[in-house]
Amino acid sequence: MSLCVLTTPDTAYAYKAFVSNEKGNTVSVIDSETWEQIAEFPAGNRPRGIGLSPDGKHLYVCASDDDTVKVFDAHTYEFLWSLPSGPDPELFVLSLDGSKLYASNEDDNLVTVVDTEKKTVIAEIPVGVEPEGMAVSPDMRFVVNTSETTNMAHFISTEDYKIKHNVLVDQRPRYARFTSDGDTLFVSSEIGGTVSVINMLGETGPELETKIGFEVAGVQPEWLQPVGMRVTADNNWLFVALGPSNRVAVIDIEKREVVRYILVGQRVWQLEFTPDEKYLLTTNGNSNDVTVIDVAEQEAIKSVQVGQQPWGVVVSPD
Amino acid sequence: MLWSVLRFQAIKRCLISFVMGTGFVCSAAAVEIQVGIINIEYPILAPISRFDRHPDDLGFAGAELGNEDNQTTGSFLGHQFAIERVSTNPDNMVADIGTLTGKGIRLLAVLGNGNDVAKAADAAGSDVLVFNASAPDNALRDEACRANLLHVAPSRAMLADAITQFLIWKKWKRWFLIEGSNPADKLLGDSYRHSARKFGAEIVEERTFEDTGGSRRADSGHVLVQRKIPVFTQDAADHDVIVAADESDVFALYLPFHAWDPRPVAGSGGLRPVNFSATSEAWGATQFQRRFEKLTDRYIRPQDYNAWLAMRVIGEAVTRTGSNDPAKLKTYILSDAFELAAFKGQKVTFRPWNGQMRQPVLLTDSKVTVSVSPQEGYLHQRSPLDTLGLDKPETSCTAFD
Repeated sequence: MSLCVLTTPDTAYAYKAFVSNEKGNTVSVIDSETWEQIAEFPAGNRPRGIGLSPDGKHLYVCASDDDTVKVFDAHTYEFLWSLPSGPDPELFVLSLDGSKLYASNEDDNLVTVVDTEKKTVIAEIPVGVEPEGMAVSPDMRFVVNTSETTNMAHFISTEDYKIKHNVLVDQRPRYARFTSDGDTLFVSSEIGGTVSVINMLGETGPELETKIGFEVAGVQPEWLQPVGMRVTADNNWLFVALGPSNRVAVIDIEKREVVRYILVGQRVWQLEFTPDEKYLLTTNGNSNDVTVIDVAEQEAIKSVQVGQQPWGVVVSPD
Repeated sequence: MLWSVLRFQAIKRCLISFVMGTGFVCSAAAVEIQVGIINIEYPILAPISRFDRHPDDLGFAGAELGNEDNQTTGSFLGHQFAIERVSTNPDNMVADIGTLTGKGIRLLAVLGNGNDVAKAADAAGSDVLVFNASAPDNALRDEACRANLLHVAPSRAMLADAITQFLIWKKWKRWFLIEGSNPADKLLGDSYRHSARKFGAEIVEERTFEDTGGSRRADSGHVLVQRKIPVFTQDAADHDVIVAADESDVFALYLPFHAWDPRPVAGSGGLRPVNFSATSEAWGATQFQRRFEKLTDRYIRPQDYNAWLAMRVIGEAVTRTGSNDPAKLKTYILSDAFELAAFKGQKVTFRPWNGQMRQPVLLTDSKVTVSVSPQEGYLHQRSPLDTLGLDKPETSCTAFD
């Protein structure tokens, strides 16, 4: 880590990207210097949501069909322990200090809060049907969950774990992402085909400001299904994975409009930046690869073969 | 547009009241939504395949799951959902519907054959909104349509078109059509004939398989089948595929492997068009089915899916309108604003000209999902889904005008 501080900013560091392979039951490790898979290790049954502890030491993987979150050593890939996650965990977010993990339990209409050190469940919060997307507001006041069949974003207080607000969005909300200042929340609706823009500074709490749609000439509107999202740290650009249309949309956040569509692999699902934000990685579930996007150029530059049906991706500063 | 703005305002008001501490209900009093789910039972023979045995809770189970989904969503908005299950028969149906409407129930979902579903809609009356959750009759979407009857079940025309598009995509254009001898088989056969004309297939040979009754299953069943089916299908004109119209479940499942010529089978046997199938894993269907299986300890059937759909259509309309008034719900359901995620990869909506739900149709060999129609390349000015079934210019339905 100290090495990173000493190096000049325009040097590209070698990072490690971890990709969960939902059908292959493995995690693929990609080296960002060579853009090649350097390792693949077993990660339990149906690994989907994936994340790193803030110190980069621990890799968390939702092993959905094992009903646990598995924790691995991010350097040795050794399995360390499991966390109780509630049944069928799909996605999770960590609190900023890494002490709590918030997981959505798709089959049981619950969000489970886990103490990552004591490895215990702190709370179970009933939410709408088929909870999926999870986000923590930068000020840590709210954990947001989206429920795919109820079609709401639920705003859960991190203090008493009670739902304080609900905002209705379009069909099948998949993913939620805050701007870094916490003023705006984006929620992608897969079947509705829109990204809802929620103003966190509304008079009475979070309120729906507008919805952003997608349009690509020659592509059936039904295939433009927004899923994973990432916002650049300067809050200028929102990248949206568009599932079976095999494209990532680039949204100018200030203008609230799509400025570009980047062609990537098949059934693009989740996204993650490298820590320097030079590259954006996409998981492509049907072509079993990861597309590397040059963020500044907003262009795809490379694809990397990984395991079967890649789902989620996280990148470590390593 | 104005509509959606108004809707948004209503929801906003609702959320404000929620935050201001008026509890879990909107500023208006809690909305109660009661739905009657009616299963009309008929004396039926045992199916050819024991995988097709009718569970006692067929249809009801799907409605239960849909109601649970609605209850969870409703708990955040002050909407209270309940269902009342009624098992009846064609003789008692009208009286039973009278009992339900007498209790103030204004929303019904009906599982039964075409004539009885039409009778049920008429008995319920024009201020009741009825969902057809099983009858595939084209007539109900055509000359016999009713203004208070919406169809979540696909029509025979939609199912036939779904198969035809796939067969044309495969370039299997020469068909050997085998149709059963019962009225429902004839109607299905007509749908396949119409579909062949619509998409350019040629029926090179047609035969009728007589339903002579008798034992469908016996200790020596396969021995007889193995001798009878080849003889029945012998000397047909050169064909690419056998298309079976056997809604009565008499012979179609015996056609694969036994037919004289080595040709694939589609329709009522082989590759079957269905509204939903337990084979479906895509688009969240896995977790949908896991919820269903947890509730019922069995695989989901198309009737369950239809009943679930009916409940979710109602639920979604209530969520977005905040109303339980059937007239308001119907207006919203038939409007452009309505959309519903239904685990089939794209939103489902309604055709305002005949009340039929637009939806993809799955094609399955009963083990896996082979394909999903509409097939790629079948385009339509409104939605590719309108390439399946009766399009606006084709229907003589005027009840929705």
